[in-house]
Amino acid sequence: MSKIVSYGAYVPLWRLSRDTIAAAWGRPSLGGERSVANNDEDTVTMAVEAVLDCLSGIDRTTIDGLYFASTTAPFREKQCADLIAAATDLKAEIITTDFGNSLRAGTIALRAALDAVNSGSAQNIVVTAADCRIAYPRSDYEQIFGDAAAALLVSKNTKAIAEVKACYSISNEMYDVWRLDKDTYVQSWEDRFIIEHGYLENMTKAISGLLGRENLSAKSITKAAIYAPTVRAQQQLARRLGLDPKTQLQDLLSNDLGTCGCAHALLLLVAALEETKRGDKILLASYGDGSDALLLEVTANSSQIKNSKRAVKGYLASKKTLPSYERYLSYRGLLEPQPGEPFRLFPSASVSWRERNSSIRLHGSKCKNCGLVTYPIQRVCYGCLAKDNYDEVRLSDKKGKIYTFSLDNLAGRSDDPVIPQIVIESELQNARIYCMMTDCEPNEISIGMPVELTFRRIYEGAGMYNYFWKCRPVREEQEMVRWKV
Amino acid sequence: MESIRDKVAIIGMGCTKFGERWSVGLDDLAIEAAYEAYEDANIEPKDIQACWFGTVTAPMIGIGATHAANPLKLRVPMTRVENWCATGHGALRNACFGIASGMYDIVLALGIEKLKDTGFPGLGTGRGMGPVLEARRTSPGTFALIATRYFYTYGLTPEEGKATIGKIAVKNHYNGSMSPKAHFRNKITLEQVLNAPIIAWPLGLFDCCGNSDGAAAAILVPAREAKRFKDNPVYIKGLGLSFDPLLPHTRPEFDWLNWDCLVSSSHQAYEQAGIENPRHELDLAEVHDCFTITELIIYENFGFSARGRAKEDIDSGFFELPGGLPVNSDGGLKCFGHPVAASGLRMTYEVYKQIQGKAQLPERQLKDVKLGLSHTFGGPPQVSAVAILGKELG
Repeated sequence: MSKIVSYGAYVPLWRLSRDTIAAAWGRPSLGGERSVANNDEDTVTMAVEAVLDCLSGIDRTTIDGLYFASTTAPFREKQCADLIAAATDLKAEIITTDFGNSLRAGTIALRAALDAVNSGSAQNIVVTAADCRIAYPRSDYEQIFGDAAAALLVSKNTKAIAEVKACYSISNEMYDVWRLDKDTYVQSWEDRFIIEHGYLENMTKAISGLLGRENLSAKSITKAAIYAPTVRAQQQLARRLGLDPKTQLQDLLSNDLGTCGCAHALLLLVAALEETKRGDKILLASYGDGSDALLLEVTANSSQIKNSKRAVKGYLASKKTLPSYERYLSYRGLLEPQPGEPFRLFPSASVSWRERNSSIRLHGSKCKNCGLVTYPIQRVCYGCLAKDNYDEVRLSDKKGKIYTFSLDNLAGRSDDPVIPQIVIESELQNARIYCMMTDCEPNEISIGMPVELTFRRIYEGAGMYNYFWKCRPVREEQEMVRWKV
Repeated sequence: MESIRDKVAIIGMGCTKFGERWSVGLDDLAIEAAYEAYEDANIEPKDIQACWFGTVTAPMIGIGATHAANPLKLRVPMTRVENWCATGHGALRNACFGIASGMYDIVLALGIEKLKDTGFPGLGTGRGMGPVLEARRTSPGTFALIATRYFYTYGLTPEEGKATIGKIAVKNHYNGSMSPKAHFRNKITLEQVLNAPIIAWPLGLFDCCGNSDGAAAAILVPAREAKRFKDNPVYIKGLGLSFDPLLPHTRPEFDWLNWDCLVSSSHQAYEQAGIENPRHELDLAEVHDCFTITELIIYENFGFSARGRAKEDIDSGFFELPGGLPVNSDGGLKCFGHPVAASGLRMTYEVYKQIQGKAQLPERQLKDVKLGLSHTFGGPPQVSAVAILGKELG
């Protein structure tokens, strides 16, 4: 059977207090906070982060497949997985595909990857799921939803974290939560109907089916990573299945993250894997137009696998609070503030394509003659003038320090008016990179500040979304700063 | 390699009123500058044998020299020049070569920029070389990178740094208050500078030059012929131009303080003009104060101040009108604004008028100007152009 050999997650830095949302409408707050993708993030950029977290310490040339799942992909026609594969600097000879439409898309992509690896058609497939669903302003869903991404590496590799022992799926046709092709907001039918005949009925069928077929009792499950639209629904299901909500349920992350669409089941699995020991049995179950249930057996202790990963815990701990509800509306495009200054130069598909190794893969050139590293790729070496004699080197996974910066008030969006312009000195031979900084407090920026690179949607122009790398304060560093204070 | 020194003379110059010229277009600006220059040179439009015309912010598909040919009805060889903010100097420089080569006897150099038709107040965002790699790059955002690094390197607190460059703004506004053709003619205080809104930190409103419309023109002849046209021609003593080989933003090991193009372009011109100590030998310098920090680093890269010591000269008033080397005696870009292609010729106009003793108002006329420098610096920035003008041959 195929195995999970690595995991990763991504949670945007920004959180919005549910009290803030509730106060805007004079409604009761559900308590806690939800994650909010920044205005330069979408499901592609969040997936890139999760994949990078998942692949840290892994030779990326071994990856031969990338599956992306989302119900909120930025493109209707154009693949996202290929863009994620390019940004994460995977080789071109891989299979990429997108899964969508269903809240179950994350586990469906996982099942497809398991099958591909089992069949031998691929060796190492990264599965990533990201969602950034938009709820009607004032609705409960607006407080409930969150934005995040998860990633899993599926392989036959022996150094596995967990082995997938069995899968069981149910398909179910009904309108419970949906969006039409023209809808911005998630629609839903009456709660009592969709929980009972949608969620509880299908999840019970799939999980009971799986456990029955494997001759397992609910008691034998160490941790149940069960997706649910609300904590209440999850508890109801646990009771129905005979699972102890106190000891066996993986926390739904609803208090500090929110429900993150088709990424959520995989996020729960990642969170469960962060706290496991060899021999644990994990139940993974997702819901959406039916239900998927998977049984995993942990084959390594979590202390052996955490290494440099941030995963769910690390990313949840590193956060900043969005100052206002209006800012959230504007970040999601639901409220249109005054436009900023217009752009002079519009992107060209052919230019972007020619420059893709510099701009998407963040490759610089390393001169084979004198060793100088320069970004972007230079055909003639700045140092020794050697022509066309270089290797491409990846800069996206290198940290750096701020060499100089400015805080530009002209170039920003009106909902985010200050653009920090940064010159980075990379830890890779001091190569210089010029980019914007995101996820930061502009007045905390200083020369020498450690930064890391993050793939972002920089602006919309010429009918295209344009992606490039920005830098941000190293997220662990922010945590450390907070602890010191 | 020969020097350009004493081969070419300027016999006439024109400069429009700079500002928000809502009622005039590129063509009107061309007429205003060129006809003042014709009159100053005592020539007829038909005497012009060739024209080098600079403008920068024209549509990307190009415009050739249409906006000079159409309004001026010139029927001569015409070349459009564009070299970032050094465009005006580019037109002047290439016109000089037209004369020095012996190909032409009377030529026109013209720089025009109409910025106020764009509908927004700045030069625009995303003005970099690439729509992705330099998205949201602006001019203030980039020049502010110099200020941050300068303050850091020389241990100035943000307050000290801002006060130091702020004094440059106060000086230039004082000078500009006496310049009839300047866009802004208001004196300002250091307190106003320091309390002004931030444009791109650490640069505030008064650290940034304005956005204006304007044009300037020069008529050139061989130096030996100049006295036939007028008693007080001004001679080209040196021309420097230098381009750095990579954007400063990504240039390996670049310290953001030692700008090769500034050093090299000034040295080329000093050498041709026979200047060994510019701080003492120059009587006037019109340098590229697009931002106050730019003027500061020019002091240090042009040899006006020692490295890291510009603050002392600023504090002592060395670059003020009564100082050892007046800089931007007309108010500079700070007060004229920066209609990109016009600026190099506008600065040259100030040097030309000061040498002739014709600086409109007596209170701003410098005494006995024999040698003056004009300079533009632009691009990401990456290019620097210098012209040195002299009163006498030899």
